[in-house]
Amino acid sequence: MNAIGIENLRKSFGPNVVLQGIDLSVSSHEVICLIGASGSGKSTLLRCINLLEPIDSGRITLLGQDITAPNIDPNLVRRQIGIVFQSFNLFPHMTVLRNVTLAPSKVLSTPAAQAAAEARELLARFGLLDKCDDYPDRLSGGQQQRVAIVRALAMRPQIMLLDEVTSALDPELVAEVLDVIGELAAGGMTMLIATHEMGFARDIANRVCFLEEGRIIEDAPPAELFTDPKDDRTRRFLRRIVDAKRL
Amino acid sequence: MSGNSPDSAVGGPPLFTAGGRGPRLFSGTGRRGTVVSTLSTVLVLVLIAAVFLLAPGARTVAHAFFYPKDAWQAFVGDPRKGYYSVGGAIWLNIRMFLAAEVLILPVALLIALIRQSVHPALFPIRMLATVYVDFFRGVPLLLVVLALGLGVPGLYLPVISHQPDAVYGVAALVLSYSAYVSEVYRAGLNSVHRSQIAAARSLGLPHRTALRYVILPQAVRNIIPPLLNDFISLQKDTALVGVLGVIEANQAADIYASATFNYSSFAVAAILFLILTIPLARFTDRLIERDRRRRLAGATI
Ligand SMILES: Nc1ncnc2c1ncn2[C@@H]1O[C@H](COP(=O)(O)OP(=O)(O)OP(=O)(O)O)[C@@H](O)[C@H]1O
Ligand SMILES: [Mg+2]
Repeated sequence: MNAIGIENLRKSFGPNVVLQGIDLSVSSHEVICLIGASGSGKSTLLRCINLLEPIDSGRITLLGQDITAPNIDPNLVRRQIGIVFQSFNLFPHMTVLRNVTLAPSKVLSTPAAQAAAEARELLARFGLLDKCDDYPDRLSGGQQQRVAIVRALAMRPQIMLLDEVTSALDPELVAEVLDVIGELAAGGMTMLIATHEMGFARDIANRVCFLEEGRIIEDAPPAELFTDPKDDRTRRFLRRIVDAKRL
Repeated sequence: MSGNSPDSAVGGPPLFTAGGRGPRLFSGTGRRGTVVSTLSTVLVLVLIAAVFLLAPGARTVAHAFFYPKDAWQAFVGDPRKGYYSVGGAIWLNIRMFLAAEVLILPVALLIALIRQSVHPALFPIRMLATVYVDFFRGVPLLLVVLALGLGVPGLYLPVISHQPDAVYGVAALVLSYSAYVSEVYRAGLNSVHRSQIAAARSLGLPHRTALRYVILPQAVRNIIPPLLNDFISLQKDTALVGVLGVIEANQAADIYASATFNYSSFAVAAILFLILTIPLARFTDRLIERDRRRRLAGATI
């Protein structure tokens, strides 16, 4: 069964049509990278899947269930889908530990001690145990982004959506975050990742989708898409990236 | 990435720091600065005192407004001579202020939340809340006090129409100040970045939970200075309840003045109000300064 299925998804902001009929399916344990120019609709697609944006038409299924049906409780859906944003969005008034335990204890009603123990375990796994009692503004960008990933993981989601999680980081901090994502992929986490890091996409993805103007132009394994793109538009995009020395 | 100043890192001369103190607007640094500021303070005080002491009517004013014996009598009061203790009456102001404050905080929050709601079914209450805020911000507080204090007893309702006048005064303060404070709350709610809401919702937190644990704490933190500012103002405005004949500090001072033809009682009331408000004002300043420093520290990360 598909972890995520998207059929003919359309979304516009006023007159601005952002997604013009997206079809995409993500199998369990699959890692898919979304690439494409700025404004092509990558973030919007991820936000639609997490029901943060209402869609105009089309269908999104999560493990076979239609989550765009009118009687669906979005909070139940969001528990199963973790999303991490470019700008971390940690809660600044809470410690790292509290950031991680808030949702499990308030949404899943996990007892406080158990939530804390599970959070510590996750934080330890990603080298953040000594930051438990710090507030987010004491952390480096890379550490903050890893905490944001842990915060999403603490809900034990079926799938993770990552939206350019390294774009706001200084170059020397990118690797530590990409390592975390690599570890998640190795652990079998299903992921849909919007990224500008082509090298990373080539290494980690099972499939790479190239978006342009709200359509998936090409959808292929990385070896194929990066070395022998079928579509002219993909080729032009990749050439621009190479010229900018990002591949 | 580090919060340290780049100057110290390269070992060059610090740009802005003189004598270990940061740059401060409008204040000199070092001993010379202290001497200058002390001299100018003394000069200003001497000038003000001179105006008061050398004015043609100085003696009369000093006697009428600042006469120690009358000030003391007004402070302690003497019921047999027909006037009340201003010092005792200020206690009523304090109680009215505290009662009003405790009610204003939740009422104003409720109004702000209603005005910020988006659900179409709430449209009628949203409109009512808007009308409420417009109305009570527009009508002078004194009129609200009079309307409640004279109007409600005239309705001859059970219980409601048989309260002490101070209760109507507090109700008027709550009605009026809730309108102002709800706007402060609204500014606070709007000051929390939308991405925080998205982050909370994306974790599956229901709207209410997100509001309670993520949005409100940040909103309230941002508005503590303006909230305290409104409460300083509320402390003084308890004096308006005196128009209902309630013996609060201002009213007690007024009674003393009419009984003795000496106005020193007003000076006593003024000093008592200052003693109440100045600590809160200084506390607000401290919070604002702390907040500013924290923001500056956060900006380097
Ligand atoms: N909340 C919004 N309101 C109006 N327009 C929006 C909104 N969010 C996104 N858009 C528009 O949707 C289009 C796609 O934006 P989106 O953020 O999905 O692109 P992206 O592929 O993620 O770009 P980037 O690589 O820069 O992150 C843009 O034209 C943007 O202006
Ligand atoms: Mg984006």
